[in-house]
Order: sequence, then structure tokens, then C-alpha cells
Amino acid sequence: MTYTQLAIIGVLVVIALDLFVFKTKLLKRKVFWVSYSIVIFFQLVTNGILTGFGIVEYDGDAIIGSSTPKDSAPTFIGDGRLVFAPIEDLLFGFCLVVLTLIIWIWLGRKGVQREPMSGPPRKSVNRFLGIK
Amino acid sequence: MSKYAYLSVLLGCLIGTAWLEYFLRTKVYRRTIRLVLTVLPVVIVFAIWDAYAIAQGHWTFDSRYVTGITTVANIPLDEILFFVVIPICAILSFEAVRSARNWEAGDEETK
Repeated sequence: MTYTQLAIIGVLVVIALDLFVFKTKLLKRKVFWVSYSIVIFFQLVTNGILTGFGIVEYDGDAIIGSSTPKDSAPTFIGDGRLVFAPIEDLLFGFCLVVLTLIIWIWLGRKGVQREPMSGPPRKSVNRFLGIK
Repeated sequence: MSKYAYLSVLLGCLIGTAWLEYFLRTKVYRRTIRLVLTVLPVVIVFAIWDAYAIAQGHWTFDSRYVTGITTVANIPLDEILFFVVIPICAILSFEAVRSARNWEAGDEETK
């Protein structure tokens, strides 16, 4: 199977795990989508470093775009890539983050160190965020 | 750039998120058992994916930028650590948003 195919299957699997198997229903929660949008921004930055410098290189047969060139950086945006990384990496990252949070929340629900719950932010942060 | 390049990126991720534990009181590192029990299965699942991808040649690692230490199935140590570090960062981000906004996350005590 190609990376493209595996990544799509992976996304479908984690969606099924979240909604029907573990029933954590993260994908229906605001807290997930807000934190995921923060994560995805930093994923683009760090993955951009890993792929832009060619620390990790991809085979064109496995992805929508073409192979990582031998002595230059891959396309920044285009050729199936976003910030140097194959767009498949976004799906891979989604699988990694969602699977992690499914297990984290599922364990909490089972009573495995549900406490201490997170928060509240320190006063300095509240002031910074404009929360009273 | 050196053989520690990949590890440096991971270290940057850990440093970049560490402040959340203190300032947003995410209490993620403090819930060590839950954290370990979360990360362990994730590492196993993604190591399997990684092993397949490496075997099929989906991706390769530039030997100049990784430690050169390999674990099972030709997976570089750097990659295994990626599957440890990124989940920790994800949980920290999630718990930080929850701390700041008090939104329901699904593991609250049911009445």
C-alpha cells in the first residue's frame, strides 16, 4: 500500500475509534478542534524543518507528490506538499494526535488519574488572555 | 546540522510546550501513570506503521541528521522518540485549552 492509502485508512480508523469504539467523541468537541488547530500550526513548523532540510525524505511512488529531490529542498507549497511536507503527513499527524487523545480521555474516564484535573491557569495567564 | 538535528527538533517541541504545565496548570506530567499508559500503545501502533513504511521505502532518513541508533525493524531511535514527544505535546495543548476555557472533554466525573 502507498503512504496515501495508509494515511486515509488511518484517518477512517481513528474516526471510528473515537465515535464508535471508545466513544470518546473528541471529534464533536470544541476543546479538541481548538487545540488541534494550535497543534496543526506547530506541526507545519516542526515538520517543515524535518522535511525541508531533508532529515526525512519521501519516495514519490508512495505519495501524491514527487520524491524529495537529492540535493535541494522539496516544493514549499504544491506538488502534493504543504510547507515542504507531503500532505499525507497532515493525515498521519491527525491519526497520531487523535489516537493519543482518545486513549488519554478514555483512561481518565476509567478513573486512571482523572485527578488532578487541568487548570485553572495562573493569574498572570488570565490577565494575558484577558480572562477575568 | 548534525546527527542531532532530528533530536534537536524534538527537544524544541518539549521545551516549547513545557511552560503550559506551569502556567496553565495542565498537570499532564504530574499524571505520570496516565501519561505513560497513553503514550505506550501509541508508540507501538505507530512503530508498526513506521516499520512498514521504512520496509516499503515510503520514507528514509538522512544518516547525517539522525543519531544512527536503530531500534526494532530498522526504526531509528529518533523516530521512536518522535512518537513519544508529539503525543505529550498534543496532550499538553489539549489540557491547556481546557484549562483556559473549561470546555467539557469527556473524562469528567459523571453524576
